[in-house]
Amino acid sequence: MTPEERIAELLRELRQPPEGWVDAAKQLPGLRHELETILERIERDERFRELVAADLEAMLRAEGVEPTPVLVAHLRRRLAP
Amino acid sequence: MNAASDAELVAQCREGDQAAWEELVDRYARYVHAIVVRVYRLGPQDAEDVFQEVFARVFERLGTLREVDALRPWIAQTARNCAVDSLRRSGRDVVVEQLPDEEIDDALAKLDEALTVHAALDRLSPECHEILDRFFCRDESYRTIGAGLQLPSGTVASRIARCLARLREVLEPGRNPSATASGEQVGKPR
Repeated sequence: MTPEERIAELLRELRQPPEGWVDAAKQLPGLRHELETILERIERDERFRELVAADLEAMLRAEGVEPTPVLVAHLRRRLAP
Repeated sequence: MNAASDAELVAQCREGDQAAWEELVDRYARYVHAIVVRVYRLGPQDAEDVFQEVFARVFERLGTLREVDALRPWIAQTARNCAVDSLRRSGRDVVVEQLPDEEIDDALAKLDEALTVHAALDRLSPECHEILDRFFCRDESYRTIGAGLQLPSGTVASRIARCLARLREVLEPGRNPSATASGEQVGKPR
């Protein structure tokens, strides 16, 4: 293997992940406050917890929070058993 | 403009600098992706979950990182832990046991080397950076690259070879450039 071929092989190791994954990770700081607020409420309010488990997106809308895919994905991950 | 060091990025992220966080994600997204997809071979859904979990943990725990120069190994270890947790959660303990530590260590060492090579792309011209990234990291064909960059397909091949040779010069600055391999054999027409 020539040095250039080795470099090419190494470049191939680091493929670009889907843009949506990268964008979601970048949005984490902005979501922090919303995430923590919702998670705290889920922890202390059993009824809210049940409603969230039944329909997360509808519950967020009812609370006046836009259920963006990124927010929903992060919440689902944090709520996963 | 020189890229910020990892230590500088960590310091800026700790101060709540959104742009620094985005740069950190850009710098390590491929690395984390490679660990979960290539080393631990997680399926797309699990891989996405683990990818997000890694960055969520990094974000939440950045303040606890004692040695700010150790960001790369810390992220690697976090990704490793999250991938193993995911395999265990899905009942694939057998898979975890069948992954020898040495094999994982070797794979991670190769990814570390790959990250260094990839970072060197930033020291090439934007044109070289783009063509190498499109071909090797995004799997684009000569035709797609040619259409995107308005170049004949034949020119794409020779430009990739030239840019690869330049990347080698960047990685080996003391080397005699006259000894540069042509690199023409790199990459087959698609």
